[in-house]
Amino acid sequence: MRISRRLVGAFMTGATYTAALLAILPLAAIFGMLVAKGAGSIDWAFFTRSSVPLGETGGGFAHAIAGTLIIVGLACAIGVPVGVGIGIYLAEFGAGRLGWVVRFVADILNGTPSIVIGIFAWTWLVKPMGTFSALAGGAALSVILMPIVARTTEEMVRLVPNSLREAALALGYPRWRTSLQIVARTAGAGIVTGVLVAMARVAGETAPLLFTALGNQYFSTRLTGPMAALPLQIYVYAVGPYEEWRRQAWAGALVLILLVLSLGIAARWVTRGKRAGG
Amino acid sequence: MSFPFSTVTTPSPRITAEDRWKSLRIVSRGDVVYRIVLTAVALVLPAVLVALTLELVVNAWPAIKAFGPGFFTHSTWDPVASRFGALPLIVGTLYSSLVAMLIAVPLALGVAIFLTEFAPRPLRRPVATLVELLAAIPSVIYGLWGIFVLLPLLRDMIWPVVGPALSWLPIFQGVFYGPSVLAGGIILAIMVLPYVAAVSREVLLAVPPAQREAALALGATRWEAVWTVILPYGRTGIAGAVMLGLGRAVGETMAVTMVIGNRHEISASLIQPGYTIAAAIANEFAEASSAMHLSALFYVGLVLFLVTVTVNALARLLVWRVARGSAVGSAAI
Repeated sequence: MRISRRLVGAFMTGATYTAALLAILPLAAIFGMLVAKGAGSIDWAFFTRSSVPLGETGGGFAHAIAGTLIIVGLACAIGVPVGVGIGIYLAEFGAGRLGWVVRFVADILNGTPSIVIGIFAWTWLVKPMGTFSALAGGAALSVILMPIVARTTEEMVRLVPNSLREAALALGYPRWRTSLQIVARTAGAGIVTGVLVAMARVAGETAPLLFTALGNQYFSTRLTGPMAALPLQIYVYAVGPYEEWRRQAWAGALVLILLVLSLGIAARWVTRGKRAGG
Repeated sequence: MSFPFSTVTTPSPRITAEDRWKSLRIVSRGDVVYRIVLTAVALVLPAVLVALTLELVVNAWPAIKAFGPGFFTHSTWDPVASRFGALPLIVGTLYSSLVAMLIAVPLALGVAIFLTEFAPRPLRRPVATLVELLAAIPSVIYGLWGIFVLLPLLRDMIWPVVGPALSWLPIFQGVFYGPSVLAGGIILAIMVLPYVAAVSREVLLAVPPAQREAALALGATRWEAVWTVILPYGRTGIAGAVMLGLGRAVGETMAVTMVIGNRHEISASLIQPGYTIAAAIANEFAEASSAMHLSALFYVGLVLFLVTVTVNALARLLVWRVARGSAVGSAAI
């Protein structure tokens, strides 16, 4: 073997190691900064108080945290039943042309910019209702959530052994009860994983909330009015001119990433030992 | 397939959903209802897609009628005079995405090759998880980090060193203040990297081991096996992975809005501020000053939507040819 071929091989092997290092570097840098700049500003008041007027110090993110929980909850209430239904359809009856179309549309919607989904929700809910609302925010997020839940549900239902189906049918169960009570229930943990992954994804979305939930400086639980959300509050504070705002933006970002990560870890924990989604 | 060894990996016949039920043709009324209900639910997604498209077209119609195709060639964006041209937005979107892909694709391919070919086994899972974790970070956090870490780093530490050597190039003209197409491109590159890497990795894993073994048996080094056999074998899927990443980059909103500078100007220089379609919608939609302004924003939104639909459709078709029907891409989250 010529030396130069070995050299090229060694060099390119080294290059792929470098690529892996370079890919992980920003991750370390971002988490490092989040902890370094955010951790110091997180105290009890951060979770119990809302924004305070300029000039005062010591406000918190209580309104934004509550808002995110409510809006993501709304998104789940709308999107999870539909998404799971679509997933079961795709796995059980999705072999035909319609199945292909639905699968394709799900992937297209999954790749649609979230800002476009935001304006869609605006035309359907904000404009007719005449007001920005948490409801519109939840609906926008549900459009992002549905395709993810549908595709993971499909994969999980597909994994259920066919012998389970046959056993249930042999015992005289009709197909629909077999499908719901045996197949879907067996795939249950996997479906929950898919839902948690989708929640982690939408919890961090900002763009679809800009003209739906809008944001709010005050604590609000009214679904038909503007509501704060963690990503929105981080955005407003990050681009704002005040040092105090920036400090809180970092703290909010740390809380948001911890929320997203715990949803992700919970997703893995639910299906521990089994094959995780996708 | 004329290679004798390619028959080694004949795929097992796939059991379709219809096959599962075929042996048991008992139909009850409940079953009929069940199927109808599920089908109706499944139609929600196509209905949303159709409604979304119609809504964009209808709302963009006044602007389409008023500006026509000239919308794409004019660069004035003047809400006061109600004159709108989207050229700077389109150029800015493509330019920042191009920069992102130039950085992200080689890195992502390197990561994918590392994870499937070169990495010591115990390292593969943790490294793959770490790279996927990049996709879990919300866009607004990338933006926050971009404003307060990346921009100062580029402006105060990197540019003073490399700037003098590069400033003769047309793409590095002008004074560098921070918010720029370059910064937007870098942030986008970090954001799309995990998607391109995850899908490329799946594509490379799907290459039959016999291909690699044959190359090695013929005396190829491991790198030569990758370069001459594995990458060409997976090129369709890799093209799909790149398209998928491009789709993400073009539509990404918050992080770009926060670092690109948001100016309706066309500049060849990477270190000057730019604007993207998504960023313009994010900034101007809620405060649109007139009906025509709003309609123009719908118009660019429609363009953005059509571009991402096309790119994603191509990507899915390319990737599906390799990994049929699997939810590739959602795996990257």
